[in-house]
Amino acid sequence: MKYWVIGALIVTTGIAASGLAIGGEYEHEYGERGERGEHEGYGYRYGFRRPDVAPVKYALYQQECGSCHFAYQPGLLPAASWWKLMDGLDDHFGENAELDADTGKQLRDYLTANAADHVSTGRSPGIVNSLRGSAPLRITDTLYFRRQHSEIPARMVKNNPQVGSFSRCDVCHAGADEGSYDEDSVRIPGMGRWED
Amino acid sequence: MMKIPVLITALLVGATSVGLHAESVTEVQNTYLARGAGPFVYDSGESLWNSRIYKERRCPDCHGPDLSQSGEHKRTHKPIEAMAPSVTPARYTDVRKVEKWFKRNCKWTLGRECTAQEKGDLLEYLKRF
Repeated sequence: MKYWVIGALIVTTGIAASGLAIGGEYEHEYGERGERGEHEGYGYRYGFRRPDVAPVKYALYQQECGSCHFAYQPGLLPAASWWKLMDGLDDHFGENAELDADTGKQLRDYLTANAADHVSTGRSPGIVNSLRGSAPLRITDTLYFRRQHSEIPARMVKNNPQVGSFSRCDVCHAGADEGSYDEDSVRIPGMGRWED
Repeated sequence: MMKIPVLITALLVGATSVGLHAESVTEVQNTYLARGAGPFVYDSGESLWNSRIYKERRCPDCHGPDLSQSGEHKRTHKPIEAMAPSVTPARYTDVRKVEKWFKRNCKWTLGRECTAQEKGDLLEYLKRF
């Protein structure tokens, strides 16, 4: 009798927990997108909005990472992903991007403190939920990212000579620099405004 | 009558700007001299620049055959500004930045870090453009 009660409890808790996890993802996916947040005081280009991820405000990061590619906000991946990335800079997606030890340490600290699993801003918790403990190296490999971009055909990005890759966030997301990935501000070069 | 002063001015401006660009490169080279390297040889720099000693890679693969033109990374297709100091002088004004890129690119292209002598030689070659 006792075992039956405990068993039932475990099963019920499991179902409740997975329900919560799924609920959490969709809450972030649909609930917080482009929500008005006048009281927050963020003056974004597209009116007063909460950022989808906290914008980069660290000059060293902007300079060291942003001189070669879009300076991806730390809130787009969990700390474990950033650590893996920082440990493998000698083969950074095919290129050597090694830093001196001092700079590497400062950037690592910044990435850790602002990683998706260490902040509660905008979409970061939703991204973490979608990972279920995994730590991909590419933002485009997160389930969250793939779900958000699943409707976009190859001709608009990969085969679009003006875009070429999903890694160039700011080419289509006009507010990407400010951490705004609002669907309404998407402009795909050569394709016009994105309507789904 | 008017043409001669104009020509002289043009020559002077030209000479000064070439001198200035080469000067910042020389300052970087001086840091390698201070480490016991030198004198730096144009031909050695040119031959290292064009050598293929690791994974079939050469500097011009990404920097392009013409140093006064921009190049493109052969793996990532990232655009790379021209190496010629006369075209992209800002490349050579920060010793730390030069060192950072020598470390990355010597390892990527040659499979090892470059010595102070090799860096000085490469700059001796690059600064003529």
